[in-house]
Amino acid sequence: MTRAGVLGLQGDFAEHLHTLRAMGVDAVDVRRPQQLDEVDALIIPGGESTTIGKLAAQYGIIPKLLARVEEGMPVWGTCAGAIFIAKDVPGHPHPIAGLMDMTVERNVFGRQVDSFEADLAIAGIGPEPFHAVFIRAPRIASVGPGVTVLAALADGTIVAARQGRLLATSFHPELTDDQRLHQLFLSLAKG
Amino acid sequence: MTSPTGPNGSSATTGTFTLKKGLAQMLKGGVIMDVVTAEQAKLAEDAGAVAVMALERVPADIRAHGGVARMSDPQKIVEIMSAVTIPVMAKCRIGHFVEAQVLEALGVDYIDESEVLTPADEQFHVQKHGFKVPFVCGARDLGEALRRIGEGAAMIRSKGEAGTGNIVEAVRHLRAITSQIAALGTMDDDGLERAAVEYRVQVELVREVAKAGKLPVVLFCAGGIATPADAALTMQLGAEGNFVGSGIFKSEDPARTAKAIVEATTHFTDADLIAKVSRGLGEPMRGLSLETIPAVERLAARGW
Repeated sequence: MTRAGVLGLQGDFAEHLHTLRAMGVDAVDVRRPQQLDEVDALIIPGGESTTIGKLAAQYGIIPKLLARVEEGMPVWGTCAGAIFIAKDVPGHPHPIAGLMDMTVERNVFGRQVDSFEADLAIAGIGPEPFHAVFIRAPRIASVGPGVTVLAALADGTIVAARQGRLLATSFHPELTDDQRLHQLFLSLAKG
Repeated sequence: MTSPTGPNGSSATTGTFTLKKGLAQMLKGGVIMDVVTAEQAKLAEDAGAVAVMALERVPADIRAHGGVARMSDPQKIVEIMSAVTIPVMAKCRIGHFVEAQVLEALGVDYIDESEVLTPADEQFHVQKHGFKVPFVCGARDLGEALRRIGEGAAMIRSKGEAGTGNIVEAVRHLRAITSQIAALGTMDDDGLERAAVEYRVQVELVREVAKAGKLPVVLFCAGGIATPADAALTMQLGAEGNFVGSGIFKSEDPARTAKAIVEATTHFTDADLIAKVSRGLGEPMRGLSLETIPAVERLAARGW
């Protein structure tokens, strides 16, 4: 049985926990580095990436997270979480974990009034479109050779990608009832 | 609302309630700080604020200054918006839908229809459903919270008594909201219908709250937070995050106070940590006893 953690420093971690528990998964929020030893997979939720990065650095989460990823723990970043796990975030002078070989740009779609919902085709979760909620969302500007693009908007903007057991989405699957991306992520913990 | 120029062609929609309420969900567990200059906004961002409220004066100064308090100068708001990458909120007067239109045109991320400013309409709050930008509104009890949600508010905060550095009113408001929600949970359908009449809202909204055991939007605390312990208190009482107004920039050491309040909000059940971040912070804002404020000068009584 997989035990999933959601980084609970700030943001909509309760929504991820709710989705996971609705799927029958044992899920806990993680606020301290030592708790990373008690989970088999970790979601970094939506929130403010500056705040999450600072608190994660301050409490020693980042080195412990790097060590757990080295051991094969899957990590999924949604929105702010995708920023936190990216290798490169231009113009962002705040701490990040730098796990995934991609460049992520913040607030590229504009301000809150430009936040949007759109249906997406996502590789690996079946043919039904995924209704995606983008809130002051980042985009994945470019990806390294080991990274697979899972979804893009009609204009080609990358909004979901995977590198081995690392997953990044610009949008918020935890704000809808569609559990397919959570299922995909949990399958990485078993594989 | 469909935007034909959306990033995904014609299928992208903007301004939905999911998006409005969603931004508040992203702010949960965080601290939103009042700032009056671009420098203060930077300091707040560096301290870990999840958003800033752009103002001309913090509430303590509005209280001291007297006169009519209005929406801030758009120039000031734009300066603050360009200084930080976190969301920027701004206040409009209760019922002043043109100030709200102006703030939406400026591109602020959230509008606070706030009792801290002088009300513009004694009968109607802003009809918020028609705006693309989300609104947060203050409430003293569940009825007030539900009336605001009925008008389209996508986030609720306690009113507290702004600019006093005194947490007592915010505690009263949070306790009222949470205990009235709990009471709904014990009611049969007749009881819920009576509650809807008493609260002057649709019974569907009351049923939804009774079933979920919580508001359908995010609930923050505002009004009187001055110390890390205050911030943790409101979280333990059921707030999902904190607005801190005068409490930061009226303290002796704003940078340290801001950071300490952020940490206490995240780790709100960890007394050792709250003790640690509270040590040697210097003087908090001076604060006012509620008994010294005449009833007509109480901001929380504005709105209904």
